[in-house]
Amino acid sequence: MIKVRNLHFSYGRGEVLRGVSFEADEGEFLAILGPNGAGKSTLLRCLAGILKCGGVRILDRPVTDYKPNELARLLAYVPQRISAGFMTVFDTVLLGRRAYMGLTPSKEDIAVVDSILKRLGIGDLALKRANEISGGELQKVSIARALAQEPKILLMDEPTNNLDLKSQLEVMRLAREFARDGGLSIVVMHDVNLAIRFAGRFIFMKDGKVMADGGLEVLSEELFETVYGVRVEIEEIRGIPVVLLL
Amino acid sequence: MAMDYGSYVRRRFLIGLSLFLALLAVFMASLSLGPYKIPLGDVVRVLFTGGSGNERLVVLDIRLPRIVAGILVGASMGVAGAVLQGYLRNPLATPFTMGVSNGAMFGASLAIILGAGYTLNSGQIFLSNPYAVVLFAFLGAISATLVILILARLRSLSPEAIVLAGVAMSSLFIALTALVQYFANELQLSAMVYWSFGNLARATWGENTIMAVSFTLVFAYFFLKRWDLNASTLGDEIARSVGVNIERERLIGTFLSAFITSVTVAFVGVIGFIGLIAPHSMRLIAGGDYRFLIPLSALAGALLLVSADTVARLIVSPMNLPVGVITSFLGAPTFIYLLVRMEGRR
Repeated sequence: MIKVRNLHFSYGRGEVLRGVSFEADEGEFLAILGPNGAGKSTLLRCLAGILKCGGVRILDRPVTDYKPNELARLLAYVPQRISAGFMTVFDTVLLGRRAYMGLTPSKEDIAVVDSILKRLGIGDLALKRANEISGGELQKVSIARALAQEPKILLMDEPTNNLDLKSQLEVMRLAREFARDGGLSIVVMHDVNLAIRFAGRFIFMKDGKVMADGGLEVLSEELFETVYGVRVEIEEIRGIPVVLLL
Repeated sequence: MAMDYGSYVRRRFLIGLSLFLALLAVFMASLSLGPYKIPLGDVVRVLFTGGSGNERLVVLDIRLPRIVAGILVGASMGVAGAVLQGYLRNPLATPFTMGVSNGAMFGASLAIILGAGYTLNSGQIFLSNPYAVVLFAFLGAISATLVILILARLRSLSPEAIVLAGVAMSSLFIALTALVQYFANELQLSAMVYWSFGNLARATWGENTIMAVSFTLVFAYFFLKRWDLNASTLGDEIARSVGVNIERERLIGTFLSAFITSVTVAFVGVIGFIGLIAPHSMRLIAGGDYRFLIPLSALAGALLLVSADTVARLIVSPMNLPVGVITSFLGAPTFIYLLVRMEGRR
């Protein structure tokens, strides 16, 4: 579904991405991990078509070739930082239907938004203004908007950052479900253990390069030493690997 | 839940309807009031049948074009302010912060010193070639924005940088105007100052037609792009994610806002604060959804300006105060009040 081949990117001087390559298909839940400044967010923005990067193909077509509305129906992007705006929660999520709408939202658009708000447990916030809700709720609103685009690919940049434990689990379950339903979830995150619990595949990045790519088998104490420069121990608890910081 | 949303949307329509009715009431009152009072019944009769004599002269030839100008100028400034605040994500943005007013002042001053001149007529100053002044004012007004937009296109400026560039262009035009004024003689200088007071009485049907056409086209464009504006308020990344070509829409939106404002400023002079108060008061009442904010800001701008102009005509009747003085005088404290209210809501 997504093919990245030898992707280089720089914001000016100094390359941020230095030859990234990987492929990902429907049904996968891919976590992108790595230290700050590794290029994770930049990679995600390239995949989302927000930065104009050569070397990213989606459904065998360069991402830069898509018309904005076509791309919006194919993939949705949840940025790390969100500004609230003065709209209601409902209208903010309804914005996700923009690429489908004519001039006004149809009954179906309204129904889609309605059911997504319920699914994320924020139905009671619908008519509140987005600048009057909490940071965690706002994060869910942003995810709801992305889901309202009914995309095939869901790209999220540190979606669990502002969330409490329960909400973190909800968001990760959602990303997993999205993949199980035939979509492709790609999530940039910092919490390695949370990633291990939910994602099926891990890409570790450092200095704009992919250091490791694969399932649970790529996790090793040496990997953490080289990628993060920290010593860890990996133990299994109830069959699940857990990364312990030493 | 869908029911709730339906009633929420209907409430926005009701706000619009009440504004429209209020505008209609002020429109009728303004036609009726003045040194020469005409009862409302007679105003209606003149409007529908033409009437005759003094009534016809006062209602159709003197008051009506001025009130229609008030509606068009107010609506233009309301919409232009709302749109710029959305695309530049800055609550202080209006075409005037993009240098439109100072550019127009420079253009008009230049035209006056180059000989579009003045004639003294029974103590009042008249411009001897108003068309030259209008043209120069328009070119001055739009040029500031054009410079900024060309820069923005070439260097892909952020919204913040666009706003700052507007501040810089404003200062540049203030300096240029001061330079022109320094070399002007007394009469030219008073003609410049006189021009700088916004005055709706300058508009006749010819000007009103041009303003109506430019407003209608630009309003229609923005109304079609209302979801793009909504997306813009959430940041460029989200705008792009939902399929908006945000850089392009920002440039077009900024240009069109500056354009309709430049047209009105060239014809009636600088009238402040409508572009701030109209959209912000509507945000407070109806929320930040541009589906409603665009038409509501137009209605609120029209209502505010026609009301202010009616006050300006009546307050020291039979003399007319420049309406720009009234809007700024009432506008500044109102705006501060709105700001305090909005901060309280955060």
